[in-house]
Amino acid sequence: MSKDNQVLAEITSKEYEHGWTVNLETDSAPKGLSEEIVRFISAKKNEPEWLLEWRLKAYRQWVKMEEPKWANVSYPANNYQDIIYYSAPVQKVKPNSLNEVDPELIKTFEKLGISLGEQKRLTGIAVDAVIDSISVATTFKDKLSELGVIFCSFSEAVREHPELIKKYLGSVVPMNDNYFAALNSAVFSDGSFCYIPKGVRCPMELSTYFRISAANTGQFDRTLIVAEEGSYVSYLEGCTAPMRDENQLHAAVVELYTMKDAEIKYSTVQNWYPGDKNGKGGIYNFVTKRGLCAGDHSKISWTQVETGSAITWKYPSCILKGDYSKGEFYSVAVTNNYQKADTGTKMIHIGKNTSSRIVSKGISAGKSQNSYRGQVQIMKRASNARNFSQCDSLLMGDQCGAHTFPYIDVENNTARIEHEATTSKIGEDQIFYCLQRGIGEEAAVALIVNGYAKEVLSQLPMEFAVEAQKLLALTLEGSVG
Amino acid sequence: MLTIKNLQAKVAEKQILNGIDLQVNAGEVHAIMGPNGSGKSTLASVLSGREEYEVTGGEVNFLGKDLLEFSPEVRAREGIFMAFQYPVEIPGVSTINFMKTALNQIRAHRGQQALDAVSFLSLMKEKMKLVEIDQSLLNRSLNQGFSGGEKKRNEIFQMAMLEPKLAILDETDSGLDIDALRIVANGVNKLRNKNNATIVVTHYQRLLDYIVPDFVHVLYKGRIVKSGTKELALELEAKGYDWIKNEVAAV
Repeated sequence: MSKDNQVLAEITSKEYEHGWTVNLETDSAPKGLSEEIVRFISAKKNEPEWLLEWRLKAYRQWVKMEEPKWANVSYPANNYQDIIYYSAPVQKVKPNSLNEVDPELIKTFEKLGISLGEQKRLTGIAVDAVIDSISVATTFKDKLSELGVIFCSFSEAVREHPELIKKYLGSVVPMNDNYFAALNSAVFSDGSFCYIPKGVRCPMELSTYFRISAANTGQFDRTLIVAEEGSYVSYLEGCTAPMRDENQLHAAVVELYTMKDAEIKYSTVQNWYPGDKNGKGGIYNFVTKRGLCAGDHSKISWTQVETGSAITWKYPSCILKGDYSKGEFYSVAVTNNYQKADTGTKMIHIGKNTSSRIVSKGISAGKSQNSYRGQVQIMKRASNARNFSQCDSLLMGDQCGAHTFPYIDVENNTARIEHEATTSKIGEDQIFYCLQRGIGEEAAVALIVNGYAKEVLSQLPMEFAVEAQKLLALTLEGSVG
Repeated sequence: MLTIKNLQAKVAEKQILNGIDLQVNAGEVHAIMGPNGSGKSTLASVLSGREEYEVTGGEVNFLGKDLLEFSPEVRAREGIFMAFQYPVEIPGVSTINFMKTALNQIRAHRGQQALDAVSFLSLMKEKMKLVEIDQSLLNRSLNQGFSGGEKKRNEIFQMAMLEPKLAILDETDSGLDIDALRIVANGVNKLRNKNNATIVVTHYQRLLDYIVPDFVHVLYKGRIVKSGTKELALELEAKGYDWIKNEVAAV
């Protein structure tokens, strides 16, 4: 192993930062999945009958479905009967304000650098904190409600805004969309709901912070964002998990719905526990994210920085139904050690003059495998649709892999589609050039990688861009090649 | 400043340097000339610490310290700068950002505080003027899409920014037309002073019309076979390298 490779190995072998555990008292369902468990979850959450029926319907469909095998990832079969589908930190009383939230929980989030105290307004970000299956706190709710913005946990939305949930739940990702979406629909526990009324530009970033805490537990969260005509919201999602030897399943569903002239900007910094250096443990991240540009001139923009998880299977997509609607997908996916990522997007052009832009930057290090999988579909009615795709792969070291699977499907000959792809290696020449200018090896890798990912990182809200830059450097620490 | 004694080095199991002796003092410009494959670029690479080059013997003392003990980045921070024959492209990283990172790491090594944005900017403006480089070039991704001349000018700009004690110009004239050559040489000349030194590695005499050396050394088969003043370069130009080869063969 050359010296550069050694440093590369050191950088990539940096320990996971958020791997600590806390002893939270939890209220859990017994292991395994059955109609009884679905009923148990629904009962625990005091859900109305219609939602229980919806879950059961999803469960019955899921039982008949098969786990997809087409992704470029391999893993031992999940034993769905060996997972706990509901786990909630016990809170003695239902908190009415942050002061009543279990201090252990607040500490947990403070450790993650997330302040649930509203007095710390510096960040100007409203947070919904979800631990295991339950939303524990949502900040700035009152301030947002003055504008008519609803930002609360999914469970609360079911209680307080049933008409909205009934209308939009499953409207973008049908319950039987795919295996993991069906599973989520049956057993989803909590998540965030966000509603921006007509003409409102949400004045702060909304964010949900997910953490898996309990062992042997799956996390099945669900996010639904509805942007009414002419509204705008920027939303951020973050996630971490303790280091555990066993693999844990995270199967989430995110649905975005934009009306005429509305825009949703959805950013993710995904940092689930990726497993150790030898590939033991880590989160299986099987996520369905989709946005519907229902109205004309609406826009959905996905930005993701994917650094965590043992396995990532996710394709944030846009259905461009409204005329002149616009979809964007910006992604940086970093894999290291034995991580496997199969991620990308789908842009489905239905409306006229719709446009989409895909910028995907994969970075592979260690013995990892990183795949981009994307589909651009231009339907018959979608005249003058345009797509631009750029898929770049960066390899660090010589034991990793990068793969690109673009699918293009055009049914209207007025479409204009461009696809560019490159594969490069962090060169020893590039590193040496930096070294010769006095820049240390780790700083050099960080510089090169951040330069490579710049186009995507610049899409993130400022605070998170800085965070993401650090995370990239951290993930690759020890992996110069 | 720099004392090289009996330096031997190999790359990929091939012995290239067979005992180099060289003394460079502050304020001096030395030219290293020689035919292709004589070991000129190897010498530059060994001094800057490229890892593929293995030192098999001899010593290099730089400002009282054993240079060969240092990693490449520490050599740079101690004041060694190499202008690359083929400057490397780094997409998404501007020259400005690159220089800011480099300068601050060098400053940290010397126990100095990082430069604030205003001081950095004014330093940059000053050096831009010195080497006649346009800011638009410095905002672009490092060396990406630069012409040969722009790349070399950018190297000299970086040299101006980092103010090295010893600059090694590795075939800086390769791929330059006469105008670019003049601008680059001008920059180098402006940066010369009594406290720093320059080693110019070149195949052709042409560059030495612009950067006038105090000493010229001819490298052949991994050894310095002849040293002299700038006239030696002219003689080489007139007689060609065969002259040296024959002379060495005769010994």
